[in-house]
Amino acid sequence: MTEKLTKSLLYLDGVSVSFDGFKAINELSLTVEHGEMRAIIGPNGAGKTTMMDIITGKTRPDSGTVLFEGDIDLTRHDESAIALLGIGRKFQKPTVFESHTVEDNLELALKRDHGIFATLFTDTSSEQKERIDEILETIRLGHRRSELAADLSHGQKQWLEIGMLLAQDPKLLLVDEPVAGMTDAETIETAKLLREIAGEKAVIVVEHDMTFIRDLDVKVTVLAEGSVLAEGSLDHVSADERVIESYLGR
Amino acid sequence: MITGFLFRALDKKAIWVALALLAVAVLVPLSNAMLPINHPLHVPTHIMALFGKYLCYAMLALALDLVWGYCGILSLGHGAFFALGGYAMGMYLMRQIGTRGVYGHPILPDFMVFLNWKELPWFWFGFDMFWFAMLMVLFVPGLLAFVFGWFAFRSRVNGVYLSIITQAMTYALLLAFFRNEMGFGGNNGLTDFKDILGYSVQAQETRAALFAATAIGLAIAFVLCSGIVNSRYGKVLVSVRDAESRTRFIGYRVEHIKLFAFVVSAMIAGIAGALYVPQVGIINPGEFAPANSIEVVIWTAVGGRGTLIGPIIGAVAVNFGKSYFTAAFPEFWLFALGALFVATTLFLPKGIVGLFNEGWTRLRSGREADRAEETLQPGTEAAE
Repeated sequence: MTEKLTKSLLYLDGVSVSFDGFKAINELSLTVEHGEMRAIIGPNGAGKTTMMDIITGKTRPDSGTVLFEGDIDLTRHDESAIALLGIGRKFQKPTVFESHTVEDNLELALKRDHGIFATLFTDTSSEQKERIDEILETIRLGHRRSELAADLSHGQKQWLEIGMLLAQDPKLLLVDEPVAGMTDAETIETAKLLREIAGEKAVIVVEHDMTFIRDLDVKVTVLAEGSVLAEGSLDHVSADERVIESYLGR
Repeated sequence: MITGFLFRALDKKAIWVALALLAVAVLVPLSNAMLPINHPLHVPTHIMALFGKYLCYAMLALALDLVWGYCGILSLGHGAFFALGGYAMGMYLMRQIGTRGVYGHPILPDFMVFLNWKELPWFWFGFDMFWFAMLMVLFVPGLLAFVFGWFAFRSRVNGVYLSIITQAMTYALLLAFFRNEMGFGGNNGLTDFKDILGYSVQAQETRAALFAATAIGLAIAFVLCSGIVNSRYGKVLVSVRDAESRTRFIGYRVEHIKLFAFVVSAMIAGIAGALYVPQVGIINPGEFAPANSIEVVIWTAVGGRGTLIGPIIGAVAVNFGKSYFTAAFPEFWLFALGALFVATTLFLPKGIVGLFNEGWTRLRSGREADRAEETLQPGTEAAE
């Protein structure tokens, strides 16, 4: 095993990718530490979702380095391998298994052997069932555990999806617009939920909702045209001239 | 582990379906053999043969439903796996003819003598042995499904594109099997069978035994599928159907999940084909026709996809209708089939089984409401 190149959990350096000549990500560099929560903002087309696609193996960068835990080159793995390495991803549009119950959704996401043989023949242990109970409590869905996921409200589906990420027991969570379409009360509750999760796990949140970002109260990275424009506290980046010009001012 | 699998397989409803199929396997041949012809419960041989054929179709529909209903892979080429299983059985039956063929050649089937072939092609070796032929019934469709699925699922070919290439696959096989040089009897296929395991395929007892074998085979396939869909793997199948990328992002190898189901399904289809051929007495390239595979989709849709009993009911019901229609109003059958498919899609998205389930739930909730009222009334009286 080679010596670790960085102590950061996630390390992106000089990453570029273009689609049909359009540079979606341009020399992007970013690091996220263990247990850190980071908010990422930026105008539409800034490359936020593409960045998540690169980290989770959906898109291969044209150039640049993407390292996880210092020595794992994420560009060499595909989605399911990266998920097993410990990176969970919540999509922009809540995506849960609608024809399964809330409980089954979590059971399927639990970190364990996902091979054909194991899934055909092994049962869920009592420890794993306890873990499901714990997560149900965290995501405030204990009372709806045996209902179909299709019957949940939009906000509850978002939480269930976050719960599925927790069941995966990842080291890093990528959360794409978690409060889109949520009521104010749900938004506040979601900020609380994410703060509970951070610390133990690193969390990257992409969001447009400024009040929500303020509630999170974490370091903010501003992306524009595929690269980092500014980094720091929300007040710090809000004061940055270039940020105002490219995003906030418009 | 295996017991856990079986335990899940034989849950509440499944055990009744399996038992019903086993009862059919025993009672129909018994009634055919034992009861006098004018007895009201006597099953005539031609009816038994007809239903034996339907049960083979039911097994094929069950196989399709495992991949379509549960995993969302709409295969329009499942007839190919059925036909390949049928050809493997047909080759065994051809080798059993021996010197009783028209040309009386001890080894070569008639069509090879006719084509002036001097020796048996290599791929016909071993088919004189029943166990080998049965192995090929599983292996050939399984291998084709594996190779096809390996490339298709790994390249993430989905939805309508996958359906089109499955259709192309069966069409390509149709054209290939039509060629005399392929060595499978060309246009005429394989026919004029004499014996299976030493018993005449025409004999009433053999027909009864084949019927029983088909019903038992269907019961076993049903229990196997039930075990699969009730396991965690089965839940993952449904997850792939409903949200493929979500499944991938929680760490499942979607291509492996699909491939396994596809191969198992192809093998079940192959067995169905192998049971079909001795009962109808012929296998020819027509079985590869794309239209056949599409019909299987209709049976499954009509019966109720995403349930295991649905395809069985659908296959038997639609084919019973087909037998009736093609005799009574031959020119209307295709219109009736088309109308049936359109009507099912529009009004019965969950098929016949969905209709029953809905009615049943409504009936039960109605009864429960009545009961709740009954129990409530004495309580309110007491309160007063």
